[in-house]
Parts: sequence; C-alpha cells; structure tokens
Amino acid sequence: MQRIGDAPLVRRLLIAMAVGLSGLFLLLPLVAIFAQAFSQGVSVFWSNVSDFYTLHAIGLTLGIALLTIPVCLVFGVALAWLVTRFSFPGRRLLQTLIDIPFAVSPVVAGLIYLLLYGRNGWIGGWLDSYDIQLMFSWPGILMVTIFVTCPFVARELIPLMQAQGSREEEAAVVLGASGWTTFRRVTLPNIRWALLYGIILTNARAVGEFGAVSVVSGAIRGQTNTLPLHLEQLYQDYNAVGAFACAALLALIALLTLAAKAGLEWRASRREAFA
Amino acid sequence: MSLPVVFRRSMLALAIGATLSSPAMAQERELLNSSYDIARELFAEINPKFESWWEEEHDEEIEVSQSHGGSSAQARAIMQGLRADVVTYNQVTDVQALADADLVAEDWQDALPNNASPYYSTTAFLVRKDNPKGIENWDDLVEEDIEMVFPNPKTSGNGRYTYLAAWGFADEQFDGDEEQIQDFMRTFLGNVEVFDNGGRGATTSFIEREIGDVLISFESEVNNIRKEYGSDDYEVIVPPTSILAEFPVAVVGPNAERNENSDLAQSYLEYLYREDTQRLLAGFNYRVHHEDVVEEFADQFPETELLKVEDVFGSWDEAMETHFEGGGMLDQLQRR
Amino acid sequence: MSHFVLRQSGSARVLPGFGLSMGISVLFISLVLLLPITGLFGQLAGLSFAEYWTIITEGRVVASYMVTIGAAAVAALINAVFGLLLAWVLVRYTFPGKRLLDALMDLPFALPTAVAGITLATLYSSNGWMGSWLEALDLPVAQTWVGIALAMAFTSIPFVVRTVQPVLEDMPVEVDEAAMSLGATDGVAFRRVIMPHLWPALVTGTGLAFVRSLGEFGAIIFIAGNMPYETEITALMIFIKLQEYDYVGASAIASVVLFVSLALLLAINIWQGRFVRRLHGGKA
Repeated sequence: MQRIGDAPLVRRLLIAMAVGLSGLFLLLPLVAIFAQAFSQGVSVFWSNVSDFYTLHAIGLTLGIALLTIPVCLVFGVALAWLVTRFSFPGRRLLQTLIDIPFAVSPVVAGLIYLLLYGRNGWIGGWLDSYDIQLMFSWPGILMVTIFVTCPFVARELIPLMQAQGSREEEAAVVLGASGWTTFRRVTLPNIRWALLYGIILTNARAVGEFGAVSVVSGAIRGQTNTLPLHLEQLYQDYNAVGAFACAALLALIALLTLAAKAGLEWRASRREAFA
Repeated sequence: MSLPVVFRRSMLALAIGATLSSPAMAQERELLNSSYDIARELFAEINPKFESWWEEEHDEEIEVSQSHGGSSAQARAIMQGLRADVVTYNQVTDVQALADADLVAEDWQDALPNNASPYYSTTAFLVRKDNPKGIENWDDLVEEDIEMVFPNPKTSGNGRYTYLAAWGFADEQFDGDEEQIQDFMRTFLGNVEVFDNGGRGATTSFIEREIGDVLISFESEVNNIRKEYGSDDYEVIVPPTSILAEFPVAVVGPNAERNENSDLAQSYLEYLYREDTQRLLAGFNYRVHHEDVVEEFADQFPETELLKVEDVFGSWDEAMETHFEGGGMLDQLQRR
Repeated sequence: MSHFVLRQSGSARVLPGFGLSMGISVLFISLVLLLPITGLFGQLAGLSFAEYWTIITEGRVVASYMVTIGAAAVAALINAVFGLLLAWVLVRYTFPGKRLLDALMDLPFALPTAVAGITLATLYSSNGWMGSWLEALDLPVAQTWVGIALAMAFTSIPFVVRTVQPVLEDMPVEVDEAAMSLGATDGVAFRRVIMPHLWPALVTGTGLAFVRSLGEFGAIIFIAGNMPYETEITALMIFIKLQEYDYVGASAIASVVLFVSLALLLAINIWQGRFVRRLHGGKA
C-alpha cells in the first residue's frame, strides 16, 4: 500500500537532501577530526592514545558514564511514568523542572554545584569538617554529569508515552496484571527503543561533557582529568594531534554505542520476524 | 537536604573511589602543583627531575601531580577546596586573590627571590614572513591598515598584559597626556580582528585561519609558536619597550600543612631557581635570572625596556580596578 | 473515546506506581536540580533590585542578549526544517548508509562542545574546506553572527531529530495509507495527517534546541570573533564575570538566562499538554 512520500521522485529528493546536508553539516566535521588525528600518521596517533594520562582519562570518563546511566534511567522512567500516566496538580511544573539542565549553561551548572558543595558552600563546608571532599574528586564530576544528563531519558520517553496513551496498560491492569508485570510486559516493549535512545544520548553527553566538569574537576592529571579535559589541555599545549586523537576517541565511543544499538535493533527485529 | 543521602553519596564515593582513582595511591607523598594551561610540557619535564633529585637528597619517593587550566579558574578552584600545595601561575593577580583569601601568605612576593617569580617574559609580536607591514613597535600597530589578533583582555591575563604594554608605551610616548593615550588605545583596540578567549585560541586564529597581520602574546609563546609552525613563515619582533610579565609562584600554606607537604612545597619552588632548571626554562623561551644561564642564552632574548606594572599603574590592584573592572577604562574605550 | 473516559477516571487511578514514581521524581528533582539552584539565588540574595537591574541591563550585556537570541532563533528555525527532514528520511525510507546517517545524528552530543567549536571554526574559516568557497560567494561565516548561529545549530540538531523520530516511528501505518488511498497528494496528506501528530514533538524539539543554544558557550566561542557589541554572546558575559571573581555578577546574568529558558520551556510544556489533550478528543 502506498504511503505518504513514497513516490520515487519525492523519496529520492528527500534522501538526497538529508544525506547531502548531513554530509556537509555533520559528517564533514567528523572527517576533519579524524583527518587531524591521523595527520602525522598512525604511530603518532597511537602514541598519544596509549599515553598513561590519556588511558587514565578514558577510564575515568567511561567509569563516570557507567555510573551516570543507571541513575538517569531510573529517574527518567519514573518521571515519564508519573507525568504521562497520571494527572495531578503541578504536573506541567514538574515536567518543566527537569529541563533545568538544558536551561543552565554548563559552566553555570558546574558553578552552582561548586558554590554548594565547595569548601565555602554550606554543604561542602560541613563535609569538609569531616574531611570528606566531593568537589575536585570524581564524585563531584559524577554529580555534575548526572545534573547535565538527567533530562535525556525522560525527554525521550515523555512524548512517546504521551502519544501512545495508557489504554494498553489500563487494560492489562483491569485484567488483573500486577503493576510490575504491566510495566515489564506492556510498557517496556513499547518504549524500549526510545529508552535505548535515551541511554545513548545520556552516554554520549556524559562522555563528552566539558563545561560543567571543568569547573568541579580540578583537572588533576592522572586523577580527575576526564577525556574532554585532557583534550583541552593537549590543545592548549599545542599538541593538536593529541587533542584531535582524543576527539576521535570520543567520536568513536559515540559511534560504538550507536553500533551496539543498531545490533540490538537488528536482533530484535529478527526475533520478531521468527516469532 | 536529607543527610542520609549525602552520607550515602560519600560512602559510595569512598567505595568506588578506591577502584577509580589513580594508581599513585600508594603511601608516598604527593605534591599537587596548580598551574596555568600552557605549562603542561614544561612541568612534565621539570617534575621527574625534581622527584629524582628529592629522592637522592632525602631518600624518599614522592610524586608531583599537575593540574592545568586558565589561571583565574585554577585560583578559584583552590578557593573552593582544591587541595593544591603550590601554585605556579602566569598572573600576579591570581596569586594575590589567593592571598586575599588567606590561602597564601600575605608577603608571598618576599618569600622567594625576584618577587617570587623564578622566570619571566614580556609581550612580543609575531608577524608574517618578511614583516610585510613593517611592524617594529607599538605605534606601528595603530596604522589604519593593520589587523591584530590578541586574546581578550576580559578573559585572559595574556590579553591584559598586551593592553597594559600598549598603554605603558603610549604613556611614555605622550608623556602621560591622558587624552592622547586614550585616543591611541581606542585606535589600538579598534584594529583587533578577533578576541579569542585565551592565547591558544588567538594563535589558532592567526596561524591556522590566517587572520590578521600580527599576533601579540608572551615572548615565550611567540617563540614557541614560530618553532612549532615553521620559522620560515613567521618572524618574532620584540618591541623596544614592553611590559614585564612575571610568572609568580607560591606555597598554598593551609593545604601544604594539611597534606603534610610544607617542606616539599617550599623545596619544589626553590628548585625552580636552580641553574639546571633555569636552563630548562630558558629552553622553553622564558627569560630567567640565573646569571650563567642568562649569559648563555643572551642572543635568544633581545634587550628591551621592560615596564613594571607597579611603576606605570601604581599597583596591580590599581591597574585592575582602573582598567579591567566592569565599567572601567577598557569598557569605556570599547563602548560605542 | 473510551480512552478519554479511562483517563478521566484518573482520580481513581487505575494504574499503579503513582506513589513510587512520584517519590523518585520529587526526591531526584529536589536533590539534583533544585538544591543546587538555590546556590545561584543565594548569590543574588545580597543584591538590591536596583543593583541587579544595573548588572543585567548594562549596554554590552544587552547587546549580547540580542546577538544570542537572534542567532539562537535562526539556529532553531534551521533545525526545525532540517531536523524534520532528517527524522522523516530516517524513519520512512530505507537506503544504503541509513545506519550511518542515524549514527551521525548523535555526534553533536558526543563531541565535547569545545571540539565542535574548534572543528567548525577550522572548517568555516576563510581558508577552511567550507569557508573558502563560502568566501568566494561573499558569505563570510567565521567571526560573524552567522558563525554563531551555525555553531548553535550544530550543537542542538539532535534535539529536534531525536524528539520527532520516535513519534514518527510510532505512528500507525494505517493513518497515511488511508489518506493516500483517498487520493490526497503528498503535501496535503502530510499537512493534514502527519503534522497534527508531529506538532508537539517538533515544537518541543525546536524549543529545546533554542533553549540549549541560549546557554551554549564552548562551541561558539571559537567561531564567534567575540567583538564587543557585535559578536559577544551572553554566556561569554558570564564567563568574563567569573574570570573577574565576580560570582554575584555571573549569577545575575545566569539567572536572566535561566528565567527566560524556564519560562519558554514551561510555555512549551503547557502548550503541548493542551495540544495532546485536543488530539485525544478532550476539551480544547
């Protein structure tokens, strides 16, 4: 059956436009990054990547992302469920509040955490007297990363769950399914791709965040230097190749998560086809 | 704020901290040096030398860690709790900010020789091959057809030095006639093509984007840039009059005590004044004080009159207040 | 409209999990989002309104609002069109390289903004791959507000694509098959059948892109030129205040951006809520 925009001409034109514009706008910068990273050959690229401080930065960055994702996931699902399945006073406000991280410039986001949890902040000062330091150590980095990335999962889920409505879940509950079963058997299959997108965006942003992290990290090499911060230092120090090698790594991490997503999608679609 | 959550967070911090943090967590003492953003390679060379020197002298293994960033941001981090033992900055004002917050001794400039500045530099020009616009001095920069690149004095200490140097020159040229100085400065600032955030951004604009006829930055920087990007394509011009740019160092007392590093911190800073370190610094195109080294590198650093901020502007505090604060001279000159 | 009836019976709350999801959401929002924001207002507490007003209406700062809002609006418009096109192509068609194209969409989120900034500035400078022929067409990008808009568009494009995409994917096949079988042209069918479903997502995505652009710093600063009154963005004003150890001034300007952004987001959410209700047959 014919669908909108299925005419060959329209189809080709639209695809050509999309590919062409993305090529110029998105792919070209990516190519430029890799071109710079390898501009002095693979061995220079490799020696930059296998440097101890770079490896440590990679480890720290991935570790932070791994800790960030579950937190954002639980919060995102809970919030999306709340605002799309129930109506209650203050629903819109709640939904707007989770956008605060988008509304706050990353540097300011880092700053507000610093003002609160830093040595002169009222929580930070109290913690300091117990010799607990959150800022300028990895918990601080984790905290601001969660702040910056927490809207993504919820943001992905809300429009979709709103568009889907709650008919199916209500039917399941009326038929006697428990809440958890309903969520797992009815909701989850419907939202899983959006959920996955959410995780991927969370991961991408967590890995790449610079502004907020730079304020609370202290950028101690081999300790609190994340990959984006390390990159910045290399760049400042005229090691452009090293900086772009790190940039290429970050792009690669993003592309790998996306490849993983594509793989999952493919397997799922095969299972469905056989079922 | 519920306390259990904070507590849980910090417990989590402790738990995973053990796995995440660096391998250098062994029992050896660790000195943290908070430094400016273009000093990574410099201290990457100095630190191992100091570590082995300390081990020879004291039979103790230690480790020096580095933190780099814009020097104001670095000072801010220390005020908010970054436990750096020493600071090595490119801005007197940022060390002073720490002193005002009681983190550095009030008389820190007297604690070490040469105003606690083991090396120094000045502001110089980088021009394109054969100097086509014939730029030799500050007054060549106010010609109509000149386009300049230097970092934003609002965001960069490097840019502030350029502003102060130009002002100092004009002050001499016009014998302190405020109106003429301001006219000069207005034209000077008007010839700027791009205001990048920091020295590195300005370099990229000048070299890679080919913007402007002249890049103004620290002498050490322009020399390094010329070395990096090809000595045939660029020329370094050190104007006959320029400004003294000190690179101040200080011990962050309370932190060093807390980390039980006071002896180490003091010794680390003194180490910067030793002959071999000074030679290494000169290799990075910084001007140094050690007489033998100065002689050795004499032809690398042209003689030039170096104005002191204190002499031209009274003090750093006054210079900052009059020129750079919101609504100050710089804002007035840029107003339209 | 049985669905609507069920929804309205919400006071009885057919679905479970209200308490749990409310608990998690409120706790998280309070601790992670609201508590730190109090720090920002704590900074402002010492200011009288007149002082606050003086800081936020200083000539150069006002000029920066203009530059930022103008460029962000242009960027958002570009992204609305471009994002819709991309989402449509990615959902509706299969073609070689589709996976790659899909993967590319998240690139702007994954790259640290500073890298994006440096790379864009390199590409669009007058001797860069793109800049050199744009220069030939007499369209300079770097060091102009066009460059600012471009950097904003780059960093915020995923917002539109990734908001529209799932909704488009979720749209039943029958909807447009029906329209086509009734003989509507592509354009008419798209406008009448698809767009009503897409509006909320498209507006939300564009709105988020706009808001994100208002606060962006790292990606823009390298390409902007940063000339006073011409190409200075508001985030730079905040950064400058911080360099001067002026937390209060920084917080004051940041609070302006925060208020404007939040007001916009709230408006979008309220509008979206109305829209969805109308779509589902509720009262307008």
